[in-house]
Amino acid sequence: MAQFTLRVNDETREVDVAPETPLLYVLRNELGLTATRYGCGKAQCGACMVVMDGEATPSCVVPVVAAAEQPVLTLEGLADGDRLDPLQQAFIDGQAVQCGFCITGMIMSAHALLERTPRPSRAEIKQALASNLCGCGTHRRIVRAVERAAERLSA
Amino acid sequence: MNTPTLSRRHFLQGAGALLVGFNFAGGPLALAARTVEPRAAIDKPLGTGQVDAWLAVTDDGRVIVYNGKVELGTGVETALRQIVADALAVHFDTTEIVQGDTALTPDQGYTAGSKTIQQGGARLRAAAATARGLLLAKAADRLDVASSRLVAADGEIRVDGDKSRVLRYADLIDEAGFDAPVDSGAEAPAARRFVGRSVPRVDIPDKVAGRFDYLQDLRLPDMWHARVVRPPTTGTVRTPAVASIDRDSVGKNVEIVQRGAFVAVAAATEWAAMQAADDLSVQWADLKPMPDADTPFAAFDAAAGTGRVSAEAGDVEAALGDGDDVLSAEYDWPFQIHDSIGPSCALADVREDSATIWSATQGVYPLRSALADLLDRDERAVRVIYVEGSGCYGHNGADDVAADAALVSQAIGRPVRLQWSRADEHGWAPKGPAMRMRLRARVQDGRVAAWAFENLTPSHLTRPGGGAGARNVLAGNLVHGTHASDRYVGGDRNAPVDYRFDAYRVSTRWVDVADALLRCSALRTLGAIQNSFANESFIDELAAAAERDPVAFRLDHLDDPRARAVIETVADRAGWQARVSPQRREDSAPTPRTGRGMAFARYENEFAYVAAVAEVEVSDSDGIRVRRVVVAHDCGLIVNPDGLENQIEGNVMQAVGRTLKEAVTWDRTGVTSLDWAAYPILTFPEMPEVEIALIDRPDQPATGAGEPASVPIPAAIANAVFDATGQRLRAVPLRWHGSA
Repeated sequence: MAQFTLRVNDETREVDVAPETPLLYVLRNELGLTATRYGCGKAQCGACMVVMDGEATPSCVVPVVAAAEQPVLTLEGLADGDRLDPLQQAFIDGQAVQCGFCITGMIMSAHALLERTPRPSRAEIKQALASNLCGCGTHRRIVRAVERAAERLSA
Repeated sequence: MNTPTLSRRHFLQGAGALLVGFNFAGGPLALAARTVEPRAAIDKPLGTGQVDAWLAVTDDGRVIVYNGKVELGTGVETALRQIVADALAVHFDTTEIVQGDTALTPDQGYTAGSKTIQQGGARLRAAAATARGLLLAKAADRLDVASSRLVAADGEIRVDGDKSRVLRYADLIDEAGFDAPVDSGAEAPAARRFVGRSVPRVDIPDKVAGRFDYLQDLRLPDMWHARVVRPPTTGTVRTPAVASIDRDSVGKNVEIVQRGAFVAVAAATEWAAMQAADDLSVQWADLKPMPDADTPFAAFDAAAGTGRVSAEAGDVEAALGDGDDVLSAEYDWPFQIHDSIGPSCALADVREDSATIWSATQGVYPLRSALADLLDRDERAVRVIYVEGSGCYGHNGADDVAADAALVSQAIGRPVRLQWSRADEHGWAPKGPAMRMRLRARVQDGRVAAWAFENLTPSHLTRPGGGAGARNVLAGNLVHGTHASDRYVGGDRNAPVDYRFDAYRVSTRWVDVADALLRCSALRTLGAIQNSFANESFIDELAAAAERDPVAFRLDHLDDPRARAVIETVADRAGWQARVSPQRREDSAPTPRTGRGMAFARYENEFAYVAAVAEVEVSDSDGIRVRRVVVAHDCGLIVNPDGLENQIEGNVMQAVGRTLKEAVTWDRTGVTSLDWAAYPILTFPEMPEVEIALIDRPDQPATGAGEPASVPIPAAIANAVFDATGQRLRAVPLRWHGSA
């Protein structure tokens, strides 16, 4: 076990875990941030996406020791108090969820995309979500929700 | 029970309204680890014949709906509340649902087969309509007016035209409740306020905000984390034995649980449990190899019995004759998995005198019967509580992992959270069965004169329940060296067609569980998607042989007006140009080649009607790409149009992936496709555009929509590939091997 200082959602947190522990388990089990979810453990599905250094990053393959060096944004950190981020609101408005287990990852990948490309094309959205899997087949609504959010954010 | 039973009076007064059983132990990051406690059990009837089994009205006017059907991520919680709100004449917002809890909800079997709205909705509507009638009768009595002068709305009953004389529902019933049987013929009010509207789904805001707790997110006080350690014969039916375990291969603070061939580890932290599962050294014995073959069909063929006829008319062999104008074809479908993005998980707290298990099962009562047998407990001492997990699309690992967790908790004497790994889920969760379909037919004077169908299939149902006890969970098989019990279900679903043929025979050769090679059970549509792939491909082959347009050829054999309507609607919406397939073009035509195909099915030959048109591009460089899918869908009365479209889109996307990409791979040891790289599913860059035409039939019963739109998709794609290229692909996943 070792001490690590993490900067998560603009708060500083100390954790005492094995250094090789993936960030995913630290977020979920040490910090109670359970919206970041385990899907595959191999960076293949996107259910565990967080944003680090502006990039959507699968937290299942990032050891906590590597995560201690830079700020981490999780789904819980997107909203401004009770006011949801426009991207989150667009998912509600478009009813772009079925079971929703993948939705955290979808939103975090889309958030990283919109930060660097405020008006993405549909093809760019699909490419940005290419490593996020959805088993329910909500693809069409998810793409529409990201488009809607992009319109609002750049209006 | 772990929790005391509350009196009904106590509960209705609000003291027992522990409807959200989650304790928020928030830290500075607000959403800190949540521990879960079971809702208080209430002294209430559970039998489906009693109104009080389904409904309660609290003193503050909330309507509690007790529902054995559960939200699997399809939106039924919202739709069922719409149905209850209208039938009981209350506002949607005053309704809440308690789902799937053997201490609280009626036994409604499984949430499966697109039956939640169709059957569960009908039962809830009858219970709510009965309740409304009872409330009106009580109000008439109390107000001393004829009930015909009373109006029920918004949870109140008033005298028509007299605003001063109003009674709240809560004023009309006491703690004795409704105390009446459900009148199955009770009618809901004709005027619909919530049914038919796109009421937004109640679960979506929390899911999007990161406030929703899936089963995987819950914690029990003082719980340990557990992981399973499986034999190397991944996913196979025949169980091996443990020769030895090297207990020194893991650290001291790890519990090792072994019963028969069931092996698991538990530790205080999840990461420690995961490492222990990797490290534990187990020697296995009596490993039974899979056949050395590329497909399971030779093994199936050798093991299967003779065909069981499910539909027959005329003398089909005589009508086929033995001329060279008999067309025949064979279609294959592979083993497929559930595409659950979250591997299965369960919480279990098994004590001396009670056991509570939290599970994403599709049937809390059937699972309870399996767990009671596995734990050697009385069923009444076992409580199973449903908590939503990742979408499941059928019988995935949810029941199996619940049994795993229960065994470990019993063995180590602590509450346990057991999370399957991705490889556990890909490898060991029940598979949708591989199937082979053989068809023969003869076309005469432009019509089908004879049609013979025979398929080869394992059972599509090995769920817990049906008296199978521990046999129908994986842990039971590993502990006792058994396999699931045989029930021949699902392989003949949509084997018959809805076309009118003078002579036909439809038969199924069943493969017993012991010969199915891999663990198999229910996956979305059961056998309907496989059988319809064959039927709707083959009728396209017949249309081509008869040199007829595929739409016109189908319509020539259909007289059901609703069947004709979905086909005509989809053809219209897709801009279908009537002509013979395949397209005639020069050999030098540029690639990609484009084509369109259509398919139709009535789910289970009895419920929703669906027709689909697929448009594809085929090229040697990119293979088959589905560009657009148009669907016409008639499932009777539409409860929630947007929710329905969401389900249809989901079916289409998943079915495109199943048709083009999904196949379990295996070798002599068992399943080898243990992650998303080895078993790919549809990705965003590959998604087609989808257009949907809903046909609402307010005068017809609402039938389910969770599965039917999957059914015609594979054949529509295969028919489109044929239209584009002239090549008929008969094995899923459809792969383009070049135009040579």
